[in-house]
Amino acid sequence: MPIALEGVSKVFPNGQIAVRDLTLEIGDGELLVLVGPSGCGKSTVLRLIAGLETPTSGRIVMDGRDMTSVPAHERDLAMVFQSYALYPHKSVADNLGFGLRMRGVERATIDQRVRAVAKALQIERLLPLKPAQLSGGQRQRVALGRAIVREPRAFLLDEPLSNLDPQLRFDTRTELAQLHRRLHATMIHVTHDQEEAMTLGDRIAVMRDGAAEQIAPPLEVYQRPANVFVATFVGSPKMNLFDVTATTGAGGALVLSGSGVFVDAPTRRIESGAPLLLGLRPRDITLVAPGQGDAVAQIDLIEPLGHEAVVHARIEGAGTEITLVAGVDQDLVPSTTIGLRFRREGIHLFRQDDGKRLS
Amino acid sequence: MIPGASTTIDTENRRLARRLLWPALGVIAAIVGFPLAWMLWESLHLDELRMPWLGRPFVGLANYRDAVADARFRAAIAHTLLFGGVSVTLELLIGFVLALVMHHAARGRTALRVIVLLPWAIPTAASALVWRFLFDSQAGLVNEILIAAHLLAVPKVWLVDPMLAWVPIIAADVWKTTPFVALLLLAGLQNIDQSLYDAARVDGASPWRELFEITLPLLRPAIVVALAFRALDAFRVFDLIYVLTGGGPGTATESISLYTFSALLQKLRFGYASALSVVVFAGTFMLGLIYIRLAARHLLTPER
Amino acid sequence: MKPRLLSVAAVLFVGAFAFPVYWTIASSFAPEARLFDVPPLLPTDGTLDHYRALLDPRQFWLPMRNSLIVSAATTALAICLGTPAAYALTRLTFRGRVPLLAGILAVSMLPQISLVPPLYLALRATHLINTYAGLVLPYLSFALPLSIWLLVGYFRQLPPEVEDAALVDGASRVQTLRYIVLPLAWPGIATAAIVTFLYCWNEFIFALSFTLGPERQTAPVAIALLRGRYQVPWGEILAAAVVITIPVVAVVVAFERRIVEGLTAGAMKG
Repeated sequence: MPIALEGVSKVFPNGQIAVRDLTLEIGDGELLVLVGPSGCGKSTVLRLIAGLETPTSGRIVMDGRDMTSVPAHERDLAMVFQSYALYPHKSVADNLGFGLRMRGVERATIDQRVRAVAKALQIERLLPLKPAQLSGGQRQRVALGRAIVREPRAFLLDEPLSNLDPQLRFDTRTELAQLHRRLHATMIHVTHDQEEAMTLGDRIAVMRDGAAEQIAPPLEVYQRPANVFVATFVGSPKMNLFDVTATTGAGGALVLSGSGVFVDAPTRRIESGAPLLLGLRPRDITLVAPGQGDAVAQIDLIEPLGHEAVVHARIEGAGTEITLVAGVDQDLVPSTTIGLRFRREGIHLFRQDDGKRLS
Repeated sequence: MIPGASTTIDTENRRLARRLLWPALGVIAAIVGFPLAWMLWESLHLDELRMPWLGRPFVGLANYRDAVADARFRAAIAHTLLFGGVSVTLELLIGFVLALVMHHAARGRTALRVIVLLPWAIPTAASALVWRFLFDSQAGLVNEILIAAHLLAVPKVWLVDPMLAWVPIIAADVWKTTPFVALLLLAGLQNIDQSLYDAARVDGASPWRELFEITLPLLRPAIVVALAFRALDAFRVFDLIYVLTGGGPGTATESISLYTFSALLQKLRFGYASALSVVVFAGTFMLGLIYIRLAARHLLTPER
Repeated sequence: MKPRLLSVAAVLFVGAFAFPVYWTIASSFAPEARLFDVPPLLPTDGTLDHYRALLDPRQFWLPMRNSLIVSAATTALAICLGTPAAYALTRLTFRGRVPLLAGILAVSMLPQISLVPPLYLALRATHLINTYAGLVLPYLSFALPLSIWLLVGYFRQLPPEVEDAALVDGASRVQTLRYIVLPLAWPGIATAAIVTFLYCWNEFIFALSFTLGPERQTAPVAIALLRGRYQVPWGEILAAAVVITIPVVAVVVAFERRIVEGLTAGAMKG
């Protein structure tokens, strides 16, 4: 079921602006991830869609119908909460069946569907237990099951993985992706973890301060971030940013220089003299012999990660910090001088005044 | 921001809230609201039930002027303030020590809590009588002990002396209410992060230092709450004094509430008693406002 | 704190607070002649005379019955009216919510003496003086705000997310109240009921002002009015004090934890 937000804003009674004039469309069967730092409004957007908050202005449309005035219990959506919010006084079975019961579905049908979902999620033996007797991971599955059993028009997931251990989080993430494929259901997933967003979403919406900075498929967000915020939020380790200006170099070509960096301008549509930010992801930098690359730097610190190492270095002359990722086979030692080559296609340019991407 | 079409949900909420609230609010309005309004109105009239031939004329603020000029009323205010000041101070001090003891007690904490909660739960009338018994001049226990300890030669007649009559009253109130204060302070103590004390100990702070620099400042909200509750109750005191001394000897221990009661049901001066009631009400109201401002503001802020 | 000092202090406090209670109980069993002796009770000397006197001729079971009926009725009404009100005040957003909360808090701080003149006249006009209704209704003036206040303090502690989950799951507000909130709120409601009951049991000034005789007087008033022909009947008074306190002790001992939580939760950060 397609969901659309049209110019939705939410201002809380204390004056806090949680969502600013947001327009967003989620296609039928799409998994959209809302990602951003805490306080960016992503959970509020979810609650607005669920009907737990009412927008201060704007419309919420589902399947072509204006649902803005429809109360939460009539929207036929399912939500998985960060804290799971299971009914503490009910058994797992009753937790799963509660929604159906409230809609007047027959006992027999409820039992059948509950059992089917429990089997699919492998929580059958938990059915008679109460939430207090379950582990965190088990509760999470019950929360998921409660949503699935209702066969809702769409799923809303509010940081469902945030409370899990890293390993469990990884496994459950995969399961969620599989679930989405199997159910072909519209899903809106909220997280603060950019890696989770990148791996799960058909599209991701990067949010900050109540507005969406970019809404696009993960690859596009990674390769062509719309502004500096998106560029530094997505991708780990964080993108390097350098203050540069465009000058006309030898032979009439435009050259970007500043902060110890000196590269040919990748495009022609830059004004000479314009202050810019040059973005370079750590993985787009390769190690070469000093003098053979685009910059020379001295290693400050090496963080070995097993399969690769994150190298923090300082560009000679300017002292700018730069981070890169190198393979472990290169015996690197702090204080050595290295040469850095930048991948041409990996150079991002942003305007300094508003952080927006060039071209 | 222009409100969107979402008001239907809000209207539903409002309607439900109204349905849920009106029974309770209706009762309160009927039992409290109207009587208070009536009382305000009545206080502006002369209404002496013992002198019905005077009718019930409107006299404006005459009752209030009489009250200000009334020496017995002024004495009642002084008594109430004296009682409040002494009791609350003692209760805070002793309650604080008790709270500390309960906080650090490893075993028997429950037993301690139960025993300490009993005086609070016992009806005031009963406690008042018990303490009157203890201070009885004939052979009450207090006199017996003081005589045996050679602090007294002859049994003291506590309830006949205008100043000494306060001793059993304050003792009874302290006995009865310190537990409540202690429990409030204990809750506050338990909310203080233990790691602060650990850090202080590592820094080499003495126990007195810890007390003044960590405990007391962090306990301030709880102290304010306890202070406000007790001040409010002390201002309204009636049961205890009525049963213990009846306001006596004469009117030496009469509190404001007691005097109002006497004006009302003994002298049947309804107009005047209403004015006195308004004064008591105004006093508690102001104390209440102070309390809300100082301590309870967080209780009134909306969630989400 | 040093453990030994702690134990000594604890014992002193327990002694100080428990002693009057012990003394009262002990004295209530002491024969008339030995009432003022120290100590008044030797194991072999105990007597039930005073307690018997309470039954006959004092008929003290009458005021006890009245206290029970009035306290129970008031508590039941206060809880029934107060629970939905407290829910609305905590969970539903509407204009005027904060002033309303403040107003209810203010009402609970009213000096009861202020209500006596108008209520007296009103009760007299409706012929409710010296009746059960004539006590229950005035009692609600403090019991209802008190219940609401305690329940609000409790509802604030219930995680709102569980109710959100129920709403999204398809339960209307009313269904959520019935199937989710009330079952979860039982402990809080019970606590509010217990504390309210204790306050009603303890009430004095309304009972004193609005009743005329032992038929409808409550226990605290009855005990205050115990008079002897020639002297103060201390034995019976103390026995009455014990009797009046037994239900209170039972409740406190049984529900001590709840009571403490209820009282302090409402007062501290909610």
